[in-house]
Amino acid sequence: MIELKNIIKSYGNGENRFQVLQDISLKIKDGDFMVILGASGSGKSTLLNVISGLERPDSGKVFYDEADITAFSDNKLTVFRKENVGFIFQQYYLLPNMDVDRNVKMGADLADNKDYKAVIEAVGLGEKLHKYPGELSGGEQQRVSVARALAKKPKVLFLDEPTGALDEQTGRQVLDYICRLKSKYGFTIVMVTHNLNIAEMAKTVIRMNSGKIESIYQNEVRKTAYEIGW
Amino acid sequence: MRLDGDYMLIGIKNAAKLTGISVMSCCAVLVCTMFLNFYLDIQSLERELTSELPLVFYHALVSTAKVVCLVSGGSLLLTSMVMLMFYIKNYIDTHRKELGILKALGYSNLKVAKNFWVFGLSAFIGTAIGFGGAFLLMPGFYALQNEDKMLPEIAIHFHPTVFVYFVILPTAGFSLLAIGYAWFKLRKPVLWLLKNEFQSSVRPGKYHKIHSAGCSFTEELKRTTLRSRKVLTFFIIFASFCFSSMMQMSFSMKDLSSEMMGAMMFVIGLALAFTTLFLAITTVIKGNTKTIAMMRVFGYSQKECCRAILDGYRSMAYIGFVIGTGYQYALLRVMVDMVFRDMEGIPAYEFDFPAMLVSLVIFMIVYEILMYVYSDKIKKISMKEVMME
Repeated sequence: MIELKNIIKSYGNGENRFQVLQDISLKIKDGDFMVILGASGSGKSTLLNVISGLERPDSGKVFYDEADITAFSDNKLTVFRKENVGFIFQQYYLLPNMDVDRNVKMGADLADNKDYKAVIEAVGLGEKLHKYPGELSGGEQQRVSVARALAKKPKVLFLDEPTGALDEQTGRQVLDYICRLKSKYGFTIVMVTHNLNIAEMAKTVIRMNSGKIESIYQNEVRKTAYEIGW
Repeated sequence: MRLDGDYMLIGIKNAAKLTGISVMSCCAVLVCTMFLNFYLDIQSLERELTSELPLVFYHALVSTAKVVCLVSGGSLLLTSMVMLMFYIKNYIDTHRKELGILKALGYSNLKVAKNFWVFGLSAFIGTAIGFGGAFLLMPGFYALQNEDKMLPEIAIHFHPTVFVYFVILPTAGFSLLAIGYAWFKLRKPVLWLLKNEFQSSVRPGKYHKIHSAGCSFTEELKRTTLRSRKVLTFFIIFASFCFSSMMQMSFSMKDLSSEMMGAMMFVIGLALAFTTLFLAITTVIKGNTKTIAMMRVFGYSQKECCRAILDGYRSMAYIGFVIGTGYQYALLRVMVDMVFRDMEGIPAYEFDFPAMLVSLVIFMIVYEILMYVYSDKIKKISMKEVMME
């Protein structure tokens, strides 16, 4: 269980100070598929960064079970990320000098996962093990970043606009892979998106506006990546 | 870069980053100006020398001037050229989008490349300071060279040719080289320049051979980092080579020549070594900022990041030290055995083991301190800033 209590986060100084997150409190259950929806500038990415331990809030606490990660030192926070979380970004951020195998190994080594090639197979890139990011399409690169994140066996997977740079077909394909792997490994998903349709795949949806949670709701019927609109 | 006065991409600020070239050309011109000016000034004395000993001494001084000018000037000139090309390549890589837009708008390669002449200013700054510095040090240098009064009084003259050779020509040459090399590097398709550099900067297949079975990710990254930018490896080797050779030579120079020469070599060696090492390590870290940020996001510790990015260069630095040791021994051996072979009073030259040991210990300490400082820089790399780009 992840619990956020009264999170406040601001950027800038003096007159230019802007409160991005205004007293956010929420709970994320283990195994949940949560989508954080919101327009650009609503604070959804900042919220993701705070939940995942990439950023510290100005005030408030983030609990993972009993542990308050906002009180962790930088080193402890690094260990926390190593053991608990995986990330997938819109821009993939693959290492250009390394092939698919080595990029995924980056995540696998952290969890001492010797069987990481199974994850590469699972995202359908078994044939492209020794291809470099520059030789792959956008969808394939994002699948490598999915494999890299999952190879470290995260308890929580954070996704920041994972389909933002992809066309409809590859976007659906990537989301489908993520959902199938979630069913297999059982990790929690926290995904940030501005695409309303993607929210129909989630179990829990949070709508954000101007740094505040506008609404939280549960989807009674969840759609697959190929059933949602785009 | 000012194009038709309306768009500024390369300015003096960019040229100011080329301090490495300025320091290197300053060191080269300082040494070469002193020796060449001295050589030109004593040439007129040759006819006045009648007895054998002053003539032998004269020839030894002339030979020394030639060897020093050729060896120091030549090697530093080549290294400065490599450094200039490296800077230009780096500049084009980091500004590829802006350059791509200019090309897309219709600016020709030559028109864009012409603006790179500004980079030649770094050579002008270095050579001008070196030239001026040489004239400041010259009275003491002349007195030391003729300490035993074997030659008549040597007057210092200003030779315009020396100024042309060591200030005007390098400046013009470096500006032309900058334009030519920039033009060569800009001959890329516009779309290639406009593409995201983090995704497209690697030529496929280039690293296929470097896989090692059972190798950890950090070990693999260490090897890839080392092999992907060979010019940086060259600079690291060169930096430790300068440190090693100049420091050991400065110890020997105290016995063979004078304390002034020893001190000069020591200062030049340190300046070259630090400038080059600074340039190389800064570029290594800058070039790997996103990789480091991603590693930190995923949970790699600062120590693991440093080990993966910087550790590979340690062995290269020690190789440079060994080459520098061999080089300084060979150079001094040649000087003593060939140039000064007819001279009396030159002390026997043997390999100075204690000097090598002291230099090695200082080198190890300095290198490790530098690595510590840079590992702190790695710690400060903001994950969020990189991710937000």
